[in-house]
Amino acid sequence: MTNSAVQQSRSRDLDKLLLRPGNLVEPAFEPGPGLREDLKELVKVLVVGAGGLGCELLKDLALSGFRELEVIDMDRIEIMPVDLALSALRVLAAICLVFIITALLEDVGKPKAEVAAKHVMERVSGVNIVPHFGRIEDKELDFYSNFNIIALGLDSIEARSYINAVACSFLEYDSNDNPLEETIKPMVDGGTEGFKGHARVIMPGVTPCFECTIWLFPPQVKFPLCTLAETPRNAAHCIEYAHLIKWDEVHSGKAFDPDDPEHMKWVYDEAVKRAELFGIPGVTYSLTQGVVKNIIPAIASTNAIISAACALETLKIVSGCSKTLSNYLTYNGAEGLHTKVTEFVKDKDCLVCGPGVLVELETSVTLEKFIGLLEEHPKLQLSKASISHRGKNLYMQAPPVLEEMTRSNLGLPLFDLMGKISKDVVHATGTIITSDKKISCLRKLRVVFKGVDGVADMDTAGGA
Amino acid sequence: MIKLFKVKEKQREIAENANGKPPVKKKTAGELRLHKDISELNLPKTCTISFPNGKDDLMNFEVTIRPDEGYYVGGSFLYSFQVPSVYPHEAPKVKCKTKVYHPNIDLEGNVCLNILREDWKPVLNINTIIYGLFHLFTQPNYEDPLNHDAAAVLRDNPKLFETNVRRAMAGGYVGQTFFARCMH
Repeated sequence: MTNSAVQQSRSRDLDKLLLRPGNLVEPAFEPGPGLREDLKELVKVLVVGAGGLGCELLKDLALSGFRELEVIDMDRIEIMPVDLALSALRVLAAICLVFIITALLEDVGKPKAEVAAKHVMERVSGVNIVPHFGRIEDKELDFYSNFNIIALGLDSIEARSYINAVACSFLEYDSNDNPLEETIKPMVDGGTEGFKGHARVIMPGVTPCFECTIWLFPPQVKFPLCTLAETPRNAAHCIEYAHLIKWDEVHSGKAFDPDDPEHMKWVYDEAVKRAELFGIPGVTYSLTQGVVKNIIPAIASTNAIISAACALETLKIVSGCSKTLSNYLTYNGAEGLHTKVTEFVKDKDCLVCGPGVLVELETSVTLEKFIGLLEEHPKLQLSKASISHRGKNLYMQAPPVLEEMTRSNLGLPLFDLMGKISKDVVHATGTIITSDKKISCLRKLRVVFKGVDGVADMDTAGGA
Repeated sequence: MIKLFKVKEKQREIAENANGKPPVKKKTAGELRLHKDISELNLPKTCTISFPNGKDDLMNFEVTIRPDEGYYVGGSFLYSFQVPSVYPHEAPKVKCKTKVYHPNIDLEGNVCLNILREDWKPVLNINTIIYGLFHLFTQPNYEDPLNHDAAAVLRDNPKLFETNVRRAMAGGYVGQTFFARCMH
């Protein structure tokens, strides 16, 4: 390629981290040009989301010495019909790169992932980015298992929850409930909203996963329907009235699509009428988007800061060149500047990343016998259990209609009901007695069948 | 950190053992929590539940409520429940599929119940929602109206309200609106 003198100056900053020993490095860190080459040849990184944060991540990772990147996003680039100046900024934020690149008009309508990949590859020579235009749920597990590390630039709890479940499904535990290192699929999760952002490192089995800390999220703001219908007091009430109540009255049957600009415009117009009726100021198109889609305008600096943190953590995790963030960084630039790193602790009973309780069985054990065993198992003592396996409800104790539908499974061997595999995860809901009180309890179980091929001393914690 | 030389080994290993894991259907943590709620359902005999998509789809189900006291005794009312994948972080979406003359239920089937929206907490469950819906029939209230005509009648003329409810349930007109019969 180009001569090595140019190569060296190009990766001058990276070399300081990768070519020299240090005091904060991981124990297995081996500095040297070999490490720099391994980063380029061996490491595959997936960036999920090609919005403001995702594009920034792609650029930062490409400049950090990674060569094999892939990006997935389900949206196309759009220009909003109203507020053209603001929307031009939004399109810029959608392809937010530090170099002065404006979204060319010819890029409008194309998938974000493809345009982002194209622009970053043009600017950083040698990097290879494969774009994927589609939903994350439509990809097979094999797709995700190919990557060494996954970086998230997402904008919803639902999407994060999904990717978290996928990454944690690769996790396996040994018989002492310790995670097996080779099965850990690290994730770096970033998120931004206006002047605030976060970056966190998720090592399934070691740090808390996304579900371990999902209870930290405050409930969403929801207005009572009667306030919307009778006594609106602010612009948001008017918008939600148009969105939730008026839409169905006029378009009964047709589902509201928040991504369709015409639907959004209809809601905006109706909200304006409603606001005029009640003398309420403040209904604008961008507020309508904010209330209906929870959109907050992107700020380039927030995306840059959070992306930098995430890219650096990705580099550290892959190379071991420094201790990683442990484990949740928050940033708030709304008034002054504040940033803090908190060390959250894993939930050992987490249904997604936890080890569950190991249960070893003969292949002849029936479902009914299994349910009885759970009551006597010393770590469980779970009575009247309902059992589910990979989305299939094997037996439900209640309600009566479901009990009837699943009763016939009781006499069948659990091994058959689970598809004759040697080991897998099963979930059981039942009651346990703690200090004389009966409480209900949902437990994750690692079922291992004795004497079936392929059972070593490693047990599965995957597939939650 | 990721031990990169092991990555090379693992890639070779994976290529050699191409099978192993069974096909995986992704079950969300929300579905698991829902499984728990459903398996501990403790419904009164006035409420029944059914699963139109079979025993493996717990996210979409229907509940029929037959009040045994109050203005709506003798009627049968169908509700549809759609549980989001991020349950219990978000409340289930509940709509009344039976057209009913009620101050807190509008003609499109939207239900004004606080725990479905502003008072939803993840510690609540399907049981509490069904009890809340049942409560709407035994104690309709004119202070949170979605149907302001019905609310006004209930407040000003309870005898007329009772007549209107009976006529709507038997099948007939109340004002300009026609209600189909929903007695059981």
